[in-house]
Amino acid sequence: MSFSWTRVGAILLKELRDYRRNRFVIGTMAMVPVLFIILPMIQLFAANATGKDLGVHVGLSLLYLLVIPVMMPSVVSAYSVVGERDQGTLEPVLITPIRPEEFLIGKALAAFVPTLVIAYAVFGIFLGAAALFANPVIDSAIYAGTHVLVQLVFTPLLAGWAIWVGIAVSTRSKDVRAAQQLSVLGGVPPLVILALMSLNVITVSTALALGLAAALLAVDLLAWRVVAAMFDRERLVTGRPR
Amino acid sequence: MSGDPAVYEGLDETGTARAGQASRAVPVAIEVSHLTKVFGGRTAVSDVSFSVASGEVFGFLGPNGAGKTTTVRTLGTLIAPSSGVAIVAGIPLNAKNGPAIRSRISIMPESPGLYLRLTVLENLECFAGLYELDDVRGRIGWALRAVNLEDRARDLCGSLSKGLLQRVALARALLNDPAVLFLDEPTSGLDPVATRDVHELIGSLRERGVTIFLTTHRLEEAERLCHRVAIMSTTLRLIGRPDELRERLFRRSLDVRVRMPLDDPQAVLGAMPEVEGWEQTPSGYTLTVSDPDLAAPALARALVAADADILSLAESHHSLEDVYLELIDEDVEARSR
Repeated sequence: MSFSWTRVGAILLKELRDYRRNRFVIGTMAMVPVLFIILPMIQLFAANATGKDLGVHVGLSLLYLLVIPVMMPSVVSAYSVVGERDQGTLEPVLITPIRPEEFLIGKALAAFVPTLVIAYAVFGIFLGAAALFANPVIDSAIYAGTHVLVQLVFTPLLAGWAIWVGIAVSTRSKDVRAAQQLSVLGGVPPLVILALMSLNVITVSTALALGLAAALLAVDLLAWRVVAAMFDRERLVTGRPR
Repeated sequence: MSGDPAVYEGLDETGTARAGQASRAVPVAIEVSHLTKVFGGRTAVSDVSFSVASGEVFGFLGPNGAGKTTTVRTLGTLIAPSSGVAIVAGIPLNAKNGPAIRSRISIMPESPGLYLRLTVLENLECFAGLYELDDVRGRIGWALRAVNLEDRARDLCGSLSKGLLQRVALARALLNDPAVLFLDEPTSGLDPVATRDVHELIGSLRERGVTIFLTTHRLEEAERLCHRVAIMSTTLRLIGRPDELRERLFRRSLDVRVRMPLDDPQAVLGAMPEVEGWEQTPSGYTLTVSDPDLAAPALARALVAADADILSLAESHHSLEDVYLELIDEDVEARSR
């Protein structure tokens, strides 16, 4: 039996349907963007257009926006396996012909798609607000250097990283809360590098930004395989390794 | 009841066709040989061998921790055996064949495991996708009709009773038209009405010739629904039709109730050649006999001759529960030795 996108689609659709009626997921998907649109706005409008720290303010406000693709899918993906196990819904799924790779891709896409839509929407709102209400000097500072490129390219890549860390933790965890805390922490390392870039501690050229993005993309793809290898039906069903 | 024994009479203890009856081909749905599963240092299933014929309802009985669920999970490729081999739905059990086996079987776990925030229809659509069914609407409609739940398709699973959830889980298990259907404690925790509904569903599946592997604690359930039963206690203790097990485990006996005990029962009962042994009960005597039909009239004559007032005289009936308890008691005694 080969890889089946039908089975991936079945998991994806089930997850999206479940999200609609899950207050916790709805709450997370609403609160995180609201919080992380307010904080960058404050940074942006607190900046002095002629001040030396304009770059830092702009960098920091854009960094806040990059927290969305890390935090939002972390919480959701950390629930993905251990949560189903807790609810007793995992075993019936594992009894079907689904492969670990298909199950994991379905789960990952279910966290990835809403994250990407919301993160880009929030970035669009941020750009729109800056264009309409911020000092034109501050607005043009947003477009200087690689800020926009970093936002556009690293949003899906950071989300990918956070999702695979979350699912990996969820696959091995026995407790939903512990999984969520660990996965949020696990999503932070790439964000640190981006923080150094956003705050101009590291001077970033377009080539370096794209190079880092390619490296993160490779890590994301590798992570899928690694997490699939960690996915042990026997451990998940019995709580004991083979 | 022991079901329709005609087909399964030709099976020996492990379920394979007896010599001399080879011409009566019994297609095998499950064949298990020396299956063992060890978790760490604890043996959950030890050296278990049996076969289940195609179309058979096979009961798998045993106390908690006897290895029933472990056996089902092993045959369902959820866990790997420590040793031994098996063929499930015609496919050898190994890691490579896992997806192929899982596409041809269904397991209904003890807990329904439904997505409670999804409707019945949404749950079934998800699993129809996982089985890559072609005619999704048609199969779901058929499965819902089979469990009599068509009118609840749009209900959220979280709003259904436990009995209805079991029915939805059964509909889910039927979606892929499985060659072998494993039911793990399907009536556990259900009230009598819901239990009766599930029994009727299993009965209708049996009529349709679906091979069913039923693990249960409920002995009357197994006796009523299963063609053959196996009694597990880590190892396979007994296997056969319920009436066969009774005969194998219990010697045939007569129960006689009398108004007053005999003055000298040994003189009356011990002198009868048809009686192999006897013991006094609160209301009379239980006699071990080789042929109750021969012994009963002789016993009646002897009791009348001894001036006993006979209230009743009948062959002792041992239920599957007696068989089960006898075996489990043996295990408890063996462990305490």
